[in-house]
Amino acid sequence: MSVSLKQLLAGLGLLALAGGAFAAGADLGQTQQQATNWTAIAMFAIFVGFTLWITKWAAAKTKTAADFYTAGGGITGFQNGLAIAGDYMSAASFLGISGLVFANGFDGLIFSIGWLVGWPVITFLMAERLRNLGKFTFADVASYRFAQTPLRSFAATGTLIVVAFYLIAQMVGAGQLIKVLFGLEYIYAVMMVGVIMMMYVLFGGMTATTWVQIIKAVMLLGGATFMALAVLFQFGFSPEALFAKAVEVHSKHDAIMGPGALINDPISAISVGMALMFGTAGLPHILMRFFTVPNAKEARKSVAWATTWIGYFYILTFIIGFGAVVNLIPNPADYYVGGELAKGLKGGGNMAAVHLANAVGGNLFLGFISAVAFATILAVVAGLTLSGASAVSHDLYASVWRHGNVDSATELRVSKITTVILGIVAVSLGVIFEKQNVAFMVMLAFTVACSANFPVLFMSVLWKNCTTRGAVAGGTVGLILSVVLTIVSPAVWEASLGNPKGSALFPYASAAIFSMTAAFFVIWLVSILDNSEQAQKERALFGDQLTRSETGVGASGASGH
Amino acid sequence: MSIETYERIRSNPKFQAFVSKRNNYSIVMSILMIIAYYGYILLIAFDKPFLAQKMGAGVTSIGIPMGVGVILFTIVLTWIYVRRANTEFDTEAAEIIKEATK
Repeated sequence: MSVSLKQLLAGLGLLALAGGAFAAGADLGQTQQQATNWTAIAMFAIFVGFTLWITKWAAAKTKTAADFYTAGGGITGFQNGLAIAGDYMSAASFLGISGLVFANGFDGLIFSIGWLVGWPVITFLMAERLRNLGKFTFADVASYRFAQTPLRSFAATGTLIVVAFYLIAQMVGAGQLIKVLFGLEYIYAVMMVGVIMMMYVLFGGMTATTWVQIIKAVMLLGGATFMALAVLFQFGFSPEALFAKAVEVHSKHDAIMGPGALINDPISAISVGMALMFGTAGLPHILMRFFTVPNAKEARKSVAWATTWIGYFYILTFIIGFGAVVNLIPNPADYYVGGELAKGLKGGGNMAAVHLANAVGGNLFLGFISAVAFATILAVVAGLTLSGASAVSHDLYASVWRHGNVDSATELRVSKITTVILGIVAVSLGVIFEKQNVAFMVMLAFTVACSANFPVLFMSVLWKNCTTRGAVAGGTVGLILSVVLTIVSPAVWEASLGNPKGSALFPYASAAIFSMTAAFFVIWLVSILDNSEQAQKERALFGDQLTRSETGVGASGASGH
Repeated sequence: MSIETYERIRSNPKFQAFVSKRNNYSIVMSILMIIAYYGYILLIAFDKPFLAQKMGAGVTSIGIPMGVGVILFTIVLTWIYVRRANTEFDTEAAEIIKEATK
C-alpha cells in the first residue's frame, strides 16, 4: 500500500511538467543547500521574536472559542484586507511568479491575473452574505437552514482535504526554501515551521494569526515595492527601457514580450481559470477571515483592500521578474552555478527575486527578503492550521458529535488539542513528501475548493430549493470527481503510473470545468427530486435566511472586547 | 431579532425591490469581470500574435498594458461595487430595517 501510494504521489508530481506551469501553480521544486546565511537567519529570528511577543499579547485576549476562531470579531476591514492578502501572497506566488517572469516574461503576467480574478467574484456574490450568516466557519453559513450533521460533516471533510493539500505544498516549500535561503537542512525548516506556527495558533488563536499575517504582508509589500522601485530607477522609471534591455539580454529575446506556451488548449485554460476564480471562494482559511470583522460593511472593505494589495503585489512581481532578467543575466559569475548561464541560477529558477534583492540592496536586503519569504510560509501555515482546527472543534466536535451542547471552554480546549495534532500532522507530511514534487498540490486544493466547497456554499445561500440531500450529494460528487479526474489526467495516469500514452481517461490540465459543473448539476437535480418533509422545511426557512443574509438583521455581532 | 421581524421585513415591498436591485448589480459586475478575464485568456489561446504585436516603435507589446489593465480593472471594479454597497445599499437596508422594527 505504501509503495503504491508513493508511486501515485510521485506521479501526481509530474503534473507540473505535463500540465504546464499554469496548471501546476508556482513551484518551489527541489533545491540545493547553499552556504549558511547568518544575516537572513538573524532577520528571521527578529521576525519570530517580534511575532511571539505579539502572540503573548494576543494570548491575554484569547479567552473564549469566539476569540480563538475569529479574534472576537474585532478586526477592522483594512486590517483584515491586509491579513487576507497575507494569506494569499504565499512564498510560491512571490518567488514562483517572479521566477516565471524571469524565465518566460509575459507568461508570468497571465499566471498572476488568474490568481487575482477570484476576488471580485467573492466581493460581489459572497462576502456580505458570509458575514451576515456565519459565525466561525463556512459550514455555519452552508448549514444555516439544513440538517446539521450531514452538512457539517461534509463541510469539515472539504475543509480538511483542502487544508491538507495546501499544507503539504507549504511544508515542503519551507523545507526546500530553507536550504537555499538560510543554508540549513530541510528537516530544520519543517520542525521550525511546525513548532512556531503551533505557538501562534495555540496561544494567540485568530488574533495572533491575523497580526502575523498583517506584519508579514507589510514586510512583503514593502520589500517588493523597494525592489521594483530600485529596478525602475535604474531605467529612469521607463518600463519601455527596462523591457528593451530585457529583450536584449534574455536568451529568448523578443519572445518574452508575447504569450508563450502557457496557454495552448482553450479547455484547459478555461478549466484552470475556473479553479482559480471560484476556488478562491471555497478556501476555508480565506472564508474564515470574513468572520473576524464586525459587520458586512467591514467584510466588503476587507475584500476590496485584499484585492488592491494582491493586484499591486502581482504588478510588482512582474517588474521584479524583469528586473532579475536585466540584473542577473549580465552577471553570471555572481548569480549562476559555476558562473555559466547554461547551468542555471544558483539555488534554482525560483531564486530570481532573492538574487535580485542582493543585486539592488546588498547582503542586508538579501537577508531581509530571505527572512520575509520564509516568514510567509510560517504565516500561511498558521492560517491553514487554525481553519483545520476550527472545522474539527466547531463543526465536527461541537455541532455533529455534541449537537451544540458544549460550553465555550470545552470547545476551545478541543480546538487547541486539534491544533497540536494538526501541527504534528503538518510536520509529518513535510517529512513524508520531502522528495516529491508537490507543485500541483495548491492547484489540487483550488480544484477541490471550487468543486466541493464553493457549489455547496453558493447554492445553499442563493437558491431557495436547495436541500440538505442535494448539497451533500452534489458536494460529494464534486469532491470525488476533482480528485479522481486529477489522478486520471495524462500527467499522472501516463507519465507516472506508466500507462501507455493516450490511455488517460481525462485529457485536460484541470478538472474544474467538469467537476464544478457536475457538482452544481447534482445539487440541482437531487434538490428538485427531494420532496421529503425535511426538504419542505428547509425551503420554508429560505425566506428568513434571505432576510438575514441581505440585511444583516440577527447576524452574529462582535463579541465585545 | 425575532422571526416576526424577518416576516415584517420580507412583507415590505421595498425589501423585494432592494434585493433584486442589488442582486442585479452583483450579477452585472460579475459578468463584467468574467468577460474581462476569459476574454483575455481566450485571446491568448486563439490569437497570440495580436497580443505580441508592438505598440509604436518600442519593444513593449500590446499584451502587457492589457494584462496590467485587467489587474487594474479588477481592483477598480471591486472598489466601485464596495463604494455603492457601503453607502447607497446600506442606507436603504437600514431604512427597511427601521420600518420593520418601529
